[in-house]
Formats: sequence, structure tokens, C-alpha cells
Amino acid sequence: MAASSDNATDKGGFRVWLNKRLPVDEFVASQLTGYLAPKNFNIWYFFGSLALLVFVIQILSGIFLTMHYKPSELMAFDSVEYIMREVEWGWLIRYMHSTGASFFFIMVYLHMFRAMIYGSYRAPRELLWILGMLLYLALMAEAFMGYVLPWGNMSYWGAQVIVNLFGTIPVVGPAIVEWIRGDYGIADSTLNRFFALHVIAVPFAIAFLILMHLVALRQTGSNNPDGIEIKAKLGPDGKPIDGIPFHPYYTIKDLVGVGVFLIFFCGVMFFVPTFGGLFLEKPNFEAANALSTPEHIAPVWYFTAFYAMLRAVPDQQMGALLMLLAIVVLFFLPWLDRSPVKSIRYKGILSKIALTLFVIAFIALSYLGLAPASDLYVILARVFTAIYFAFFILMPWYTRIEKTKPAPERVTYHG
Amino acid sequence: MSDEPMKAGEEVDLSRRNFLTAATVATGAVGAAFTLVPFIASWKPSERARALGAPLEIDLSKLEPGQMVTQSWRKQPIYVVRRTPEAVAKLEGLGASLKDPSSEASTQPDYTKNAQRSLKPEVLVVYAACTHLGCLPKQYFTQADPEMGADWPGGFFCPCHGSRFDLAGRVFNGSPASANLGIPPHSFTSDSTLVIGIDATQGAA
Amino acid sequence: MAKAMRHFIFTAAVALTLALGSSAEAASGPGGAWTQWTAGNDVSNIASLQRGAANFMGHCAGCHSVKYLRYSRMSADLKIPDEQLESKLLLPGSKRNDYITTALAPADGEAWFGKAPPDLSLITRAKGTDYVYQFLKTFYADPKSANGTNNLALPGTAMPHVLSSLQGVQAAKFSEGEHPHWESFELLEPGQLSPEAYDGFVRDTVNFLDYAGEPVKAQRQSLGIWVILFLLVFTGFAYLLKKEYWKDVK
Repeated sequence: MAASSDNATDKGGFRVWLNKRLPVDEFVASQLTGYLAPKNFNIWYFFGSLALLVFVIQILSGIFLTMHYKPSELMAFDSVEYIMREVEWGWLIRYMHSTGASFFFIMVYLHMFRAMIYGSYRAPRELLWILGMLLYLALMAEAFMGYVLPWGNMSYWGAQVIVNLFGTIPVVGPAIVEWIRGDYGIADSTLNRFFALHVIAVPFAIAFLILMHLVALRQTGSNNPDGIEIKAKLGPDGKPIDGIPFHPYYTIKDLVGVGVFLIFFCGVMFFVPTFGGLFLEKPNFEAANALSTPEHIAPVWYFTAFYAMLRAVPDQQMGALLMLLAIVVLFFLPWLDRSPVKSIRYKGILSKIALTLFVIAFIALSYLGLAPASDLYVILARVFTAIYFAFFILMPWYTRIEKTKPAPERVTYHG
Repeated sequence: MSDEPMKAGEEVDLSRRNFLTAATVATGAVGAAFTLVPFIASWKPSERARALGAPLEIDLSKLEPGQMVTQSWRKQPIYVVRRTPEAVAKLEGLGASLKDPSSEASTQPDYTKNAQRSLKPEVLVVYAACTHLGCLPKQYFTQADPEMGADWPGGFFCPCHGSRFDLAGRVFNGSPASANLGIPPHSFTSDSTLVIGIDATQGAA
Repeated sequence: MAKAMRHFIFTAAVALTLALGSSAEAASGPGGAWTQWTAGNDVSNIASLQRGAANFMGHCAGCHSVKYLRYSRMSADLKIPDEQLESKLLLPGSKRNDYITTALAPADGEAWFGKAPPDLSLITRAKGTDYVYQFLKTFYADPKSANGTNNLALPGTAMPHVLSSLQGVQAAKFSEGEHPHWESFELLEPGQLSPEAYDGFVRDTVNFLDYAGEPVKAQRQSLGIWVILFLLVFTGFAYLLKKEYWKDVK
């Protein structure tokens, strides 16, 4: 059958045989050993690969959860307890998934913050940033729908509140809400479709966006803490002087990151899986009950900053709109920043103050979203919402007028 | 792999590098293997499945000679037959017409590897799955049943592919099935209480 | 829909205000407020769990189920011998593989108490162990209540003080004024147990409910230590490897 010339075992063995058919070596050479990354990555550069790791953890644990979970109004809550108690190691797989959800957001927030401090969103990486933002949106949808699945009382009321947000759309709102639920309230049909979206549709979208995000990254090359292009300084061999092969240097470095990450991850998973009610909320250990709203209703911590903004506005429609804007404005970041330098290291004092205030505002809003909506908290939420938006709206102004330091010619690296 | 040093100057300690690579890879592989355990083990019958598959008690006091009850244990149908004394007597002389008269090539607990294939001579307990392809054999307990022919001693007939079994679940010559009906582990806690799922500690009374 | 939403937000806000108000009031009580009492239980203490299981089966299971827990799982985890399970703990009509479900029909519970006694499988996870501990300790005689007792942790509870024969009957002293708050308890009739022994009784029972809420808790924690130790070794090797390779980078 096989022609003798095709039988490569006599010349070069399996590797040659394989590479004639699948460009494995070529891929490794172009994407890993031949991909030159700036040598001055610091701790902030771990979080992209760690976010990818959490994605893998979520897919793996999620697949196994679907084998035991029942997406039905009558059985969902019981089936989660069944997983926690009766499926061998089911508790571990479930905690892995619930812990993973929170860690996904921790990694993504740190990754986004990295982009903000070093100007990784600036030209030529605008599309890389936008793809990342789309990933963030998809992740929010994924997390929200996943949160509904255990069908606890917070699942139910969370779904109620978030789905009702669509009701604020003028004219068609109520019809859309009914269409999303497939019933006149949050019901079996809602749970069933959220399950389908959570386990198939959105994960596909996320996987595709991750691929695009990486392709775009390979096209532009990585930014670095100095915010300068390593391609601008080529050595005699035509390669960037300050670039080092991604493999082995960054693969091994990322491995250390993976180790440290897993220590934190397992610390939570094995010792504090509910994280004091932040990662798994107490009312969600009661089954969904359409006749009893939990005393204190708040989304999971990763959404609370936006939830605080919603509550800060005394008008339902404006509140929902503001929440939407808070996310939309992030898409425009590449064009709002007018600074001559990318990295915060060389930006002026105004940028540093603005970024600090922004971080304080985001953390404060996240906290306020968890806290009850008392008068003082609402006023504070308004102040911090204003700071959040001021960071973006004033950015074209303060990045242009401030005095910046000149960016260096070569990256800063102290071997 | 082009892992050549960026700048010459210092000697690279290759043996240290190789040792640490091996140690990291080995530890990582062990960790990955351990990580797989919970996922693989999660496919085992759950506590619920095991509880549902717990030993099954059957009260035989209402089961008249010549009658049969069908029970389900661990998702498998099981026939429990109280044979008449005549039917039991008839089992002895069938040897020549059976494929495996002494159940050498068939599956059953040791304590049922006897002439009646049972703990109590009159009570037969068998898996109701034809050993050919798993259909449920039908009961034809009447001797010389008109459908089965004049020399039919009473037994089971599988409607799928025509396998025939006697009242000890032994397969007749000429059947597509080649092994006798299987027998689940069972025992008696009293004269009329059959327990399926717990092995008898001693042989037939 | 918008109206429903507004109504919902309003109801939630009212509920929140009430919750806030009541907790602020409770916390202001002097003399070691009962809201500060902690259960201090330990799910790795098997003896305590065994006592707690006996307490639960003897005093609670008449009305409350633990519907996600099987007797068999409980006896295996709590190292309860089979004879003891069969003779002391199994409810009439239950088998060892059954879930622990009360014989009280929900409709009867509703008729007798005004509200069906809830399943307690996840009570410690939904409310916390301290809450259950405080609840079981803060029943007091209240002539204004339908069944003669009330509770600080769950005011107006439909549950009678079924443990009064053990704890005794206590009266609660409230401060004067427009917003009275709890000041102290006074034992009117002593029970079979001393206050310390009753504390232990409640702690064991809460411990059992904590176990029932997450049977794997103790195992999870002991396994976690080994996992973390293993990861430290892995990270150590990876770190040394990284140091070794990064010598190249100048």
C-alpha cells in the first residue's frame, strides 16, 4: 500500500514521518522557540497564561459536572447535592469549578490591570485589547449563566434581577425578558437554555476568542513593562536584541507561576471553598424559592462593582445604562490614552493619580456592591462611580498635558 | 529546540539543567496522574447507585410451586421460580440433551454448582438474561407444552433467537446460546426469605 | 415588568432595612451579646459527632429531616457500629441505606406548627454554625407567643422549645425604652442538664449538622494539606529550573 518513499522509518524516523503530514516542528519553531518575547516581563505577565490555565480547569471540571448534573427545575438543586455527597470525588470536581469561576475573574482582572499600567492596549495592539474585552464580556455571560445552574435561592433571584435588566430596554424590553426566560417567570425553560448556553455555546465562543487573542498577540508581539517595542532594536542577526525565545524561558517561568497559582487555588478549594460566602454564597444553599427573596441579595463579588453603579442611580433605566456604559467605555481605552509613552513607568503624575483613584474606585465599588444599600453607601457609590468614569473621560486631557519621562531605548532588565 | 544560551561566557551546567528538568517533569507528571484519579473515579457507581443496588429481600411464602416472580436487582431482571417436586426430579435425567449439564462453562456462585443449580432444591434464582444476546427468556413451565414439543420438560424459551433452557436455567443442545443462565449471589435468612446480593456462607440445606 | 422590578427592589430594600435594623439592635446589647456566641465545633471530633448524631436522632428527627444524608454514610463516617445504628439511631421503618427523613408529613407539620419544620441538611451552610448554636440557646418564655416561647435568633419562630426539658425554661430580660434590647437570661426552671452540659449538648448537635451539611469537610481538609505540600515541592523544582535557565538571559 504505502510507497517505499513514504516509509520514512528508514530516514529520520517517526518525527520526519509526522512532520511531513502535520507541521509540528514548524509550529513549535514559529510559536514557541522562535517566538521572541521581551526579556523584561515581570510578575504581571503571569496572569494571561494563568487565565488560560483556569479556562482549561473549568472545561475539564465542567465536562465532568455535566455528567451528573440535571438541568431541570425539579432536580437541579438535588443533583448538585448529589454531586457533593454521592458521586465519588464529586465534591472535589464541584469545588474545582466553583473556585475556578472566581479565580478566572481574579486572573482576568489582574491581566487587564497589567494592560492598563503598561499601556498594552495602545497601538498597534488595539484589536488585541478589544478581543480581550470581548472575552471579558463572554466570561461574564458564562459566569452569570453558570451561577443560575445550582438553582439555589441566589441563583433564582440573581437570574430574576439580571434578566429583568433587559426589561429596561425601551419598547421591546418586556418582550425580550419574556423571550429570554421562555416563561412568565424564571422557570425550567430558563434553566434549561442557560445550561445549554453555559456548557456549549459560550465556551465555544470563549475558546474561539482566546485563539484570536493569541493570534493577534503573535502578530503584534508582546508589550512589556517599559512599553517600548523590542522590534525597534534589532541585532546583527535581524532579531530583536531584547527578545528571548518564549520556550524554554517563559514556558519554564510560567511553570513557576502555575505552581504558585495552584497553591492558592488548592488552598481555597480544600480549606475555604465558600471563601466566607464570597465564592459560594450562603443563600444559595437553600433551594430556589419564588416566594422568598434572600434577605440580602448581591451578585458574586466579580460583578459587584457594576451592581453598585446600578444601585447608585435613582432611575432604573439610567442605572442599567450606566452599568452598560461602564463596560463599553473600556473598549475605547486605546483611543482615550493620548500619552506619548505607554508604560506607567514613564507617564506623568496625573496618570499615576488617575490610575490609583481608578483602582480604589473599582475596589470600593466592588465592596459597596456587596454591602446593603444604605444611604451612606449609596452616596459613596455615586462618588466612586463618578471617579470610575472620570478616569476615562478625562484621560485624553490628563495624558496629554502631563509631563512624561522619556521612554528608554532598550528594555530595563537587571539580570 | 533552540535552547542555546543567549550569551556565551559562563559554562552552562547541563547536568544540573537536565536533572532539574527531569525532576520538574516527573513531579508534574505525578501531579497530573493524581489529578486524573478523581475524574476517573467519578464514573464509578455513586453512593446512590450502590444504595439502590443493596441486597434485595424477597418474601417467598406466597410463591406457590410452579410459580415465578420477576425481580430487578442492580438493574438486572431476576427470575425466582418455586419448582414443583416433579420438575426437580425431572432435572436429573436431562444430562444428555444439555450443552453444559454440570455448569462447568457457566457462571454461578459455587454454592449453586450442583444438580439443581440452587441452594434449596425447589427454589431457582437466575438472571433473566439469555446468555446468547441478553433477551428475556419466556416461561414455558408446562411439560410437553404444545408449542415446545412432546419431549419438553418445562423451562425457558428465548423469543429472540430460540434458545431453550431447562428449569435449572441450563441450555439445551441446538440453542444459539452456549452457557447456562447466570445466577446472582443469594442466600436465605429464613426458610421463606430470599436475599439477593448476599452470598450464602454455606451450601444448600 | 418594570413595575414588578420596582416592587421587587422596594421589597428587597424593606427587607434589608429590617435586617440591618434588627442586627444593629442586637449587637448593641451589653453583657456579651448573644450574637457574639460562637459554636466552636470541630467536624474532625468523631466522639462529638457521635453524640451529636444521637442528640439529633433523639430530639430533632421526629420533625426534621436531613434528606441528603444516608444512615449508611453517617454510620461509616462517624464510625458508628452497625448494632448501635440499628438499635439506637434508625427511625422506625427506615433501612440503613435510606436518607434520614422524618416521619412527620409536611402537611401535618404545617397544621401543628403553622409551618412545616424545614429540612436541616444544609442549615449550617445556609445560616452558619453560629446561628444554629445561638438559635438553640436563645429560646425564652414569652407569654405573648402562641406556644409560650420565643427565640432571640429567630423571633416569632414557630418551633416550640423542644429542648426545654434539658436546658430548663429561661426568661429574657430586656431593657426599658422604645427599642428594648436583650440584656440577660434568667433560669426560671432548671432542666436536666447544667448550663455547661447543655452548651456541650448544643455544640455536639451543631457539630453533627455541620457534618451533615458537608460530610466530606474533614476529609477535604486533611487531603488539602498533602496537596499543598506536593505543590510546594513541584513549585520548588520549577523555581530552581527557572533560575537555572534564566542564567542565560543577560
